[in-house]
Amino acid sequence: MIRFVDVHKSYRVDGKDIPALHPFSLDISDGEVFGIIGHSGAGKSTLIRLINLLERPSGGRILLGDTELTALSEASLREQRRHIGMIFQHFNLLASQTVADNVAFPLRLAGAREPATIRARVDELLARVGLTEHADKYPSQLSGGQKQRVGIARALANRPSILLCDEATSALDPQTTASVLELLAEINRELKLTIVLITHEMDVVRRVCDRVAVLDAGRIVEHGAVADVFLHPQHATTRRFVNEALPEEVAGEQSLYQHVPGRILRLSFRGEATWSPTLGRVTRETGVDFNILAGRVDRIKDLPYGQLTLAMHGSGVDAALQALRQAGIEVEELAR
Amino acid sequence: MSMMMSTFSATAPVLQHLFPDIEDWSELAQACLDTLLMLGGSLTLTVLFGLPLGVLLYLTGKGQLRAMPKLYGALSLTVNILRSPPFIILMIVLLPLTSLLVGTKLGIRGAIPPLVIGAVPFFARLVETAFREVEHGVIEASQAMGATTWQIVRHVLLPEARVGIWASVTVTAIALVGYTAMGGAIGAGGLGDLAYRYGYLSNKPDYMIVTVLLLIVLVQILQVIGDRIVGYYGRR
Ligand SMILES: Nc1ncnc2c1ncn2[C@@H]1O[C@H](COP(=O)(O)OP(=O)(O)O)[C@@H](O)[C@H]1O
Ligand SMILES: [Mg+2]
Repeated sequence: MIRFVDVHKSYRVDGKDIPALHPFSLDISDGEVFGIIGHSGAGKSTLIRLINLLERPSGGRILLGDTELTALSEASLREQRRHIGMIFQHFNLLASQTVADNVAFPLRLAGAREPATIRARVDELLARVGLTEHADKYPSQLSGGQKQRVGIARALANRPSILLCDEATSALDPQTTASVLELLAEINRELKLTIVLITHEMDVVRRVCDRVAVLDAGRIVEHGAVADVFLHPQHATTRRFVNEALPEEVAGEQSLYQHVPGRILRLSFRGEATWSPTLGRVTRETGVDFNILAGRVDRIKDLPYGQLTLAMHGSGVDAALQALRQAGIEVEELAR
Repeated sequence: MSMMMSTFSATAPVLQHLFPDIEDWSELAQACLDTLLMLGGSLTLTVLFGLPLGVLLYLTGKGQLRAMPKLYGALSLTVNILRSPPFIILMIVLLPLTSLLVGTKLGIRGAIPPLVIGAVPFFARLVETAFREVEHGVIEASQAMGATTWQIVRHVLLPEARVGIWASVTVTAIALVGYTAMGGAIGAGGLGDLAYRYGYLSNKPDYMIVTVLLLIVLVQILQVIGDRIVGYYGRR
């Protein structure tokens, strides 16, 4: 468990303290993928860097399990950091070292000397990230996605229990992003380590995170399970992020339907409900008519979900709404 | 040396014809050797002292791993002071210190202390700059992995900055060639001494020409070697 208790952080700039994170408390559970989303300058990097104390908090306590990080000596902090892997937007690999030596670096820092032992562990890590053939290349000879895989292998070398990802996919194209996220999800599943992931893209959160916190100008304005936040964003900033990930019709851009007759409804399906023919059954039973204005079916991590915007006609609309809600479908009526 | 001498004697008739002023070619060969010895000795010591000083300048600088504004300010000022006077003046100012350190003000031994004291601040600054070129993210990544400051210097800064460091060694070596020639004028021996004594004071311009030619060749060789090393590491 990573636990922030009344933590805040200010930077001293020209003799003045400028707050980067206003006081907040937050718990991140073992084994989850926790996303932190926010615009540039919101304080995301500051927050994630508090977890390995690359930044010291201006106040409050940060606990990893029972260990209070802020109370550790320099030496114990270094020891603790070996159990926290970190990957970066710009990879931060040693340009003068081969892929294998980059991955071996944290092992050597931790005192590994035996070449055979190091080699075996490096091979194992490179196999996990799919770079076995590239062991003797230099970083400049790799693509962005491959560099990030080296970064991941390096971060995993000392078998950390936490992996911190600071905009790890922000420098990658969409396809490479997808494969790196897939790798992170796999690592989370198989190694059971906690992943804290920073991004400015809701799509990244939707693909891999279990829970998410939305950061806006140094404040956590919303947090919770990704499905809840994604399907029912409360804060304006969250809504903007969600809408970026959706076509605007699905996002419920209301003015679009000003001239459409009938009552405009948005239905959200989650999990099994996504696959059952509930809408067909309810409309048959209540005798309402509908046409589909927008919709999509996708996944939030492993959870299937669907969102449909409908115009519904007929005297049985209220009964239909009730029946849909009873079947576990969330229904919102969009005002016009 | 004997090979060099025999080369001289084999080509002696031609050289004699080209540079009639020069009576004793073996004296010239000896001067050449002296210059190379002064250069080798002072370069080695400069790197030995300058590299740690460069590391210290870098580490204690503003916003760096071991930022210490007061120490940095003091080091920086000392470095600037030593770099301010022209080398020939510095050498004269240092004469008492030189005789204290090596027991003589003359010859190769007498030349080494001022050469090193003159070149260390120059080289250390270049090293500091080379370290600053290392991407901060890489250092941060190492900190996140639990590296100590010493481990970062040894395993991150030095290897990542080696292109810049080799380039600094090359520039320093070439600057030292100039310093040794100047040193010749006040008793250090070597090519500068010949050029000054015979070429200038005794008005035998051939000495001047040959000395200048040899110095050009020496600088050229140093630059080519330096470029090769930089090129080798730079490909990564
Ligand atoms: N070392 C620093 N010194 C001063 N201000 C900083 C420093 N690091 C970050 N900040 C400021 O803190 C705020 C949050 O920065 P950061 O955490 O990097 O945001 P994000 O990662 O979300 O883009 C920004 O306004 C930034 O300018
Ligand atoms: Mg950032």
